[in-house]
Amino acid sequence: MSFLIGENMTGGYGSADILHNCTIGVEKGEIAVIVGPNGAGKSTAMKATFGMLNLREGHVKFNGEDITHLKPEERVLKGMGFVPQTHNVFTSMSVEENLEMGAFIRTDDISDSIAQVYDLFPILKEKRKQPAGQLSGGQRQQVAVGRALMTHPQVLLLDEPTAGVSPIVMDELFDRIIEIARMGVAILMVEQNAKQALEIADKGYVLVQGANRFTDTGEALLANPDVRRSFLGG
Amino acid sequence: MTDIINALVVLANFLLVPALTYGSQLALGALGVTLVYGVLRFSNFAHGETMAFGTMITIFGTWGLQSMGVSAGPLPTALLALPLGIAGAVALSLLLDKTVYKYHRQRKASPVTFLIVSIGLMFFIGGLVRFVIGPGDQIFFDGTRFIFSARDFKKATGLDEGLALKMTQAVTIITAILVVAAMFWFLNKTRTGKSMRAFSDNENLALLSGINPDRVVLITWILVGALATIAGSLYGLDKSFKPFSYMQLLLPIFASAIVGGVGNPLGAIAGGYVIAFSEIAVTFAYKKVVAYVTTYEPESLVQLLGTDYKIAVSFIILVIVLIVRPTGIFSGKTL
Repeated sequence: MSFLIGENMTGGYGSADILHNCTIGVEKGEIAVIVGPNGAGKSTAMKATFGMLNLREGHVKFNGEDITHLKPEERVLKGMGFVPQTHNVFTSMSVEENLEMGAFIRTDDISDSIAQVYDLFPILKEKRKQPAGQLSGGQRQQVAVGRALMTHPQVLLLDEPTAGVSPIVMDELFDRIIEIARMGVAILMVEQNAKQALEIADKGYVLVQGANRFTDTGEALLANPDVRRSFLGG
Repeated sequence: MTDIINALVVLANFLLVPALTYGSQLALGALGVTLVYGVLRFSNFAHGETMAFGTMITIFGTWGLQSMGVSAGPLPTALLALPLGIAGAVALSLLLDKTVYKYHRQRKASPVTFLIVSIGLMFFIGGLVRFVIGPGDQIFFDGTRFIFSARDFKKATGLDEGLALKMTQAVTIITAILVVAAMFWFLNKTRTGKSMRAFSDNENLALLSGINPDRVVLITWILVGALATIAGSLYGLDKSFKPFSYMQLLLPIFASAIVGGVGNPLGAIAGGYVIAFSEIAVTFAYKKVVAYVTTYEPESLVQLLGTDYKIAVSFIILVIVLIVRPTGIFSGKTL
């Protein structure tokens, strides 16, 4: 039984189903990566575990508790964090204010958590008074991840964290993500850069048309000739 | 040299002070419009009438206080009645939100629907105000009329021209500064204010961060009711309270909000002064000024436009801004 698991999820945003009996799970301290071709329902599968679409069948369990019917905000209170792919920072607010808003549900002192985020992403400390909208793509993603970390989530969901950033910044972001996982956070992410993502993944899910095609460790998926040929470009 | 000073005094007396006063009133009005636009995401055409409603309650409060013999000394009694007016306008706004806007919000209606709804409410509130207090003029100003009059000024300086400062003008400008400062402190320093900005910036992310949308909406209406009443009462004190004039104020207020960058509080304030100075500068008769700075005494008034066209000035500025720089001076969200 995984720490966070969406089992046999079937459903979509409207009447048409996007996910078909899809199962996604992640353990504490692990990185699970969802890859697959465009339109495979990767983001949808992850959003389903966060309660952003209606499931007709299946359920989502977090730490053994059934959370299928909780709203996304309620799941944040339970200990889940979500970083959307786009529009994931408050562009008109400073970096520090973004972090403060991330901790909005907390009533205790948040200065330690802010310091922790600055330790993880030192560049943000330098830019803490700057509006997040004026930062580069990579820095913005750091703000987005930092904002989600402010509630000390046990599970962090990342929707294409490296979309639109340069390869160097991508490696750097992956390093930070590994660091976050080492702190004991379960990380579930959707990635376009399948090869690089599977290299750091403890577990990989290859989705095709809303259903599980391959599920294995990242290493095994990278070694699997079928996966290589169909999804990793040989 | 004295001529130039005299010319400057004329300008200060008839242009600078009135424009600062009028600009402060517009800025406070535009701040309310821009808050609704930023947080609730629609253009609130009922704002002018909300101002009239809040002012009406303030007038009733003023009359009540006057009949009880309470006064604020040299200051207008209406300042003491402001909290009552604010409470009234807030209550009305919250009632209308609960009965009308909330329904459309839950159905995720488009901004155009909201705009039309607000026009309906504009007529409703306007009718209500005229029904209760009547369409006529109400003068509710009391206290000292001038802080210093033109005659005092001439006597003190020995100049030919006088500079007067009315109590209502000073009260308007000082109140506007205090209210704007309090507003910016609230939006930038408090947790609730920041959550409002976050909600305005990115609604989905705000929800994800656990910001309660109902609370943000509630606080927005409270601020809007307060701003509308303060702006309306200051305008009514300075000129006079006439329900229909508040409907006409809607255009310069919207022009202010858009010129500054709608959704941006700083823009609303800058826009208010830009519109006020333009309106008064364009309709000002420069005859005396020209006579002082040159040797030539013009026969005409040297006025670009008659004061009747005042409202056209804000309209023209509005159109130019929408064509040339639709996001406004401070880059708000485009309409």
